[in-house]
Amino acid sequence: MSAPASSPPTLLRYIWDHTRPQQIWVLLIVVASLPTYFMSFDLPKQIVNGPIQGRGFEQPGATEHFLRIAFDLPDWLGGGHVTVFDGFMLDRFGTLFALSGVFLLLVVINGLFKFYINTYKGQLGERMLRRMRFELIDRVLRFPHAHFKRVKSSEIASMVKDEVEPMGGFIGDAFVAPAFLCGQALTAMVFILAQNMWLGLIAAGIVVLQVFIIPRLRRRLIVLGKQRQLTARELAGRIGEIVDGIAAVHVNDTSNYERADVSARLGRIFDIRYEIYQRKFAVKFLNNFLAQLTPFLFYAVGGYFALQGRLDIGQLVAVISAYKDLPGPIKELIDWDQQRLDVEVKFTQVIEQFSVDDMLAPEQQAPLPEPAAPLAVPLRVSQLSVSDDAGTHLLERVTLDFYPGERVALVGSANSGGEVLAEVLVRLQRPGGGRVSLGDTPLDEFPEGVTGQRFAYAGPDAFLRQGSLRAALLYVLKHAPLRPAQDTSAEAVEARERMRAESLRTGNSPLDLQADWIDYAAAGIDGPGQLLGRIRQVLGVVDLLDDLLKLGLRGVLDPRRAPELAERVLELRREFHRRLEASGRAGLVEMFDPERYCRQATLAENLLFGEPVGDREFNLDTLSSNPYLRAVLAADGLDAALFEMGRAIAATSIELFKDLPPEHPFFARLSFMGAEEIPEFQALLARVQGQAYAAATEADRRLLIRLTFAYIEPRHRLGLLDEPIMERIVAARERLRRGLPAEYRDNIAFYEPDRYNVAASLQDNILLGRVSHSVPDATAKAQEMIRTLLEEFGVEDAVFDLGLDFDVGTGGKRLSAVQRQKLGVARALLKRPDFAIFNRPLSALDVNEQKAIVERVLQQAAGADGHPFAVIWVVGSAQLGTLFDRVVVFEAGTVVEQGAPAELLQAQGTFARLAA
Amino acid sequence: MLLKDEVELLRRIPLFAHIEPSRLKLLAFTSERLVFEADEVICRRGDPGDAAYVVLMGSADVLVEQPDGSQVKIATLERDAVVGEIAVLADVPRTATVRAATRFEVLRIAKNDFLQLIRDFPEVAIEVLRTLARRLSWALGELAEARGGSAPPDGRSPPALP
Repeated sequence: MSAPASSPPTLLRYIWDHTRPQQIWVLLIVVASLPTYFMSFDLPKQIVNGPIQGRGFEQPGATEHFLRIAFDLPDWLGGGHVTVFDGFMLDRFGTLFALSGVFLLLVVINGLFKFYINTYKGQLGERMLRRMRFELIDRVLRFPHAHFKRVKSSEIASMVKDEVEPMGGFIGDAFVAPAFLCGQALTAMVFILAQNMWLGLIAAGIVVLQVFIIPRLRRRLIVLGKQRQLTARELAGRIGEIVDGIAAVHVNDTSNYERADVSARLGRIFDIRYEIYQRKFAVKFLNNFLAQLTPFLFYAVGGYFALQGRLDIGQLVAVISAYKDLPGPIKELIDWDQQRLDVEVKFTQVIEQFSVDDMLAPEQQAPLPEPAAPLAVPLRVSQLSVSDDAGTHLLERVTLDFYPGERVALVGSANSGGEVLAEVLVRLQRPGGGRVSLGDTPLDEFPEGVTGQRFAYAGPDAFLRQGSLRAALLYVLKHAPLRPAQDTSAEAVEARERMRAESLRTGNSPLDLQADWIDYAAAGIDGPGQLLGRIRQVLGVVDLLDDLLKLGLRGVLDPRRAPELAERVLELRREFHRRLEASGRAGLVEMFDPERYCRQATLAENLLFGEPVGDREFNLDTLSSNPYLRAVLAADGLDAALFEMGRAIAATSIELFKDLPPEHPFFARLSFMGAEEIPEFQALLARVQGQAYAAATEADRRLLIRLTFAYIEPRHRLGLLDEPIMERIVAARERLRRGLPAEYRDNIAFYEPDRYNVAASLQDNILLGRVSHSVPDATAKAQEMIRTLLEEFGVEDAVFDLGLDFDVGTGGKRLSAVQRQKLGVARALLKRPDFAIFNRPLSALDVNEQKAIVERVLQQAAGADGHPFAVIWVVGSAQLGTLFDRVVVFEAGTVVEQGAPAELLQAQGTFARLAA
Repeated sequence: MLLKDEVELLRRIPLFAHIEPSRLKLLAFTSERLVFEADEVICRRGDPGDAAYVVLMGSADVLVEQPDGSQVKIATLERDAVVGEIAVLADVPRTATVRAATRFEVLRIAKNDFLQLIRDFPEVAIEVLRTLARRLSWALGELAEARGGSAPPDGRSPPALP
């Protein structure tokens, strides 16, 4: 893979280039292991012949030499017998145990050799696999941007993950196996030839035939192997498309089309794979046949010559017995070749996919020795033209300059040119003609480090990596590891050193992920201590602070990590309720009181009177089948009462909803059951018609009791909870808590008026109750009060911090589109760029909200926090253009007007018309 | 007041009078019951119309702002009145401010639910049309009178609502 564009390398070449010393080493070890290996074959014969059958021990009490080292000198050295070590004299039993001992020793040595060789090969393979995968990803990171229009992410993932995997297993055997097997086969061959020239030539002829025919038969297999790989990869791509486009499947009723498509693909894969099997085993059959043909020839031809007396029978027997060592290695060699073929095909295919023209040179992405210096030169666009794949002109001969600190709006209808220009400026599009330069240097000559650090970009779809909100924000500040990891304990340092050495050995990145990558200076702060303040500032600009606070209030705080905060929250709770009381709004929140039923909470919440911990034992779905809970209910017949209540809920739900189609929006209001459960409950009601609790089946009981758990009287207003029932539930709550078995102790965090609840959200901890369902906007009112209190108590930052822990989900999907877009703008500001390029970044917001945010961003650009920067903003609505220093109006890819907005308005031209 | 009482109440309101009780129950079920304290503002002129309200109990004042900033009461809402359906239907901001005069209990029907109800049940749509037409005719009469014409065609009180 070192120079794939010029000459596609073969896998063997690639392996040899990267692992030559290791391959030779393991070969040497294999050779070194051979003597003991062969000795262990010979030893059993000695044990049987010697001590067991008694050769040399014919006389009782006879002894033999053990470990005697002696040899006869050849005649030219004068002949004679030399004894180096006479050995020990041992009797029959002694010899038996001594020889058995040696056998055991050989077994251990052989085992150790095998162990070493196998782990070495494994390590070799895994390292190569790591290297290959890393190189592939490295290439993905350097693909030209336009290439991503043509590739599917799931196909790339499938290649990097699955297709290179078998290569790892092959790498260790790439050279050792053929060398070793060839050695074995040659030895056997030489031995046969030595016994009898003609028979040897017959055997050699058959082997040559095998070597000649088999690869020819495999040509089709290579083609099939390629197809198998391609179809499998396309399947991965299709699966990715189905998942990403699942909404289109549902709204268009195309699930069956998708099924047919997948089925057709699987059918094709089956055909290919089946043909591979047929051919593979046909080749195997032929191979075996040829291997067996040789002994047939030995018996027939050799026997004929022997009968004619032209061949010594002893020789024939020796040849036949020598031949038994030949087919094994040959067969394994052929298997090895088969495997080589497989991985070779995969390798070339993968390489092809990852060899793309115009890839970024590695130097373009090399970490800068130090953070990029601010840019004080204009961004110049001259005679810029861009066309799309269909040849349509997106931009035509545009010439524009953007000066540092200048605030420019690009105005025009959708796709009139501003969007493309923005993408060209951040190098997401390549100019078709003309040039873009920074000062006098073409933009392309700058490494990504300069543009990526000094430019900021926010487009209409901000992509967020899965992780915390904090990580999503700080992502833009992570260009290089700036400070070593904090953990400097000896083990940690050593582990890092080891990781680094291993990375270097396999051509991976030596940069430490654990190090502190955040470029605080770029964000305009001194260090981690000021980070939160800076984040608050940029989130304030895009109006996300409220959302962040709400996320923080929804977050679960670990009181062990922040004991003082938990303590403060308890004080805050008391103050919150005191103020509610004082302002006569006690009805806003109904507090949890161990002695009383909380009418604003669900029945289940009243029963448990705590937060379920973990989602197994006491969540809403499993609650009604929890044996302990059921026993608690049964103690005073509450289960039967809830059963009746469930019956009423089911009856009302069905009465109200049975005629609505399942996708009707009203189902969102039915908290008891899903639309798909309606028929199930209809059947259930018919079953238990006129039946008392005692007569109902356990499954029916469970279902009906479950319905009651979500019930809230003021919300559902079915009139099912009267005082006596509520009292009984409060009594059951007490029983449940007192008798809680040890096994469940960690599954519920009970509410206590004077304690912090570890499993509840911060907000629930402050409220320690539920907001009223009948007070308008109760949640907003309560949050407003909480917010004031957080400020007074000086713990607002801690809540923001908790909010920053919020997990944004894959691609940020747990945030709304509006929040994602705002976040995109916020993080563009966070890094304090010299040129901030915004490409309709707030399209999901209404114009008034956009205007407010644009105004605040422009204040920042003017230097509100001491760092002025240039803004180039593709605005969605021309009115917003009036907020900028300069407006550039695009029409069909050309600039039709530009100038200060006031002048343009006066000129009564296109801008005046658009902004009207 | 329980769901079934709310249904009884809804049936007395002309807008809903011709709708099957089971539909009304569904409407009541999907609505929220809210209690405004005296002097609390239910909706403000200019706010987006996100819901219609049915008055269950208490009374509220419909207020219009004068050019000098003072507020003039133009109508009182009492039990069985419906308020806010115009803003919901026409997707226009609230035309007046409504403030609770006493403890004021309402059924809040969210905009989407109300529109869904109209979509699902043509009889509701017709009832809505009828109410609106009546109001339009009244308003035209008022206008004619203001320009010095005759009195409104009939003597009914104006159902002027935000």
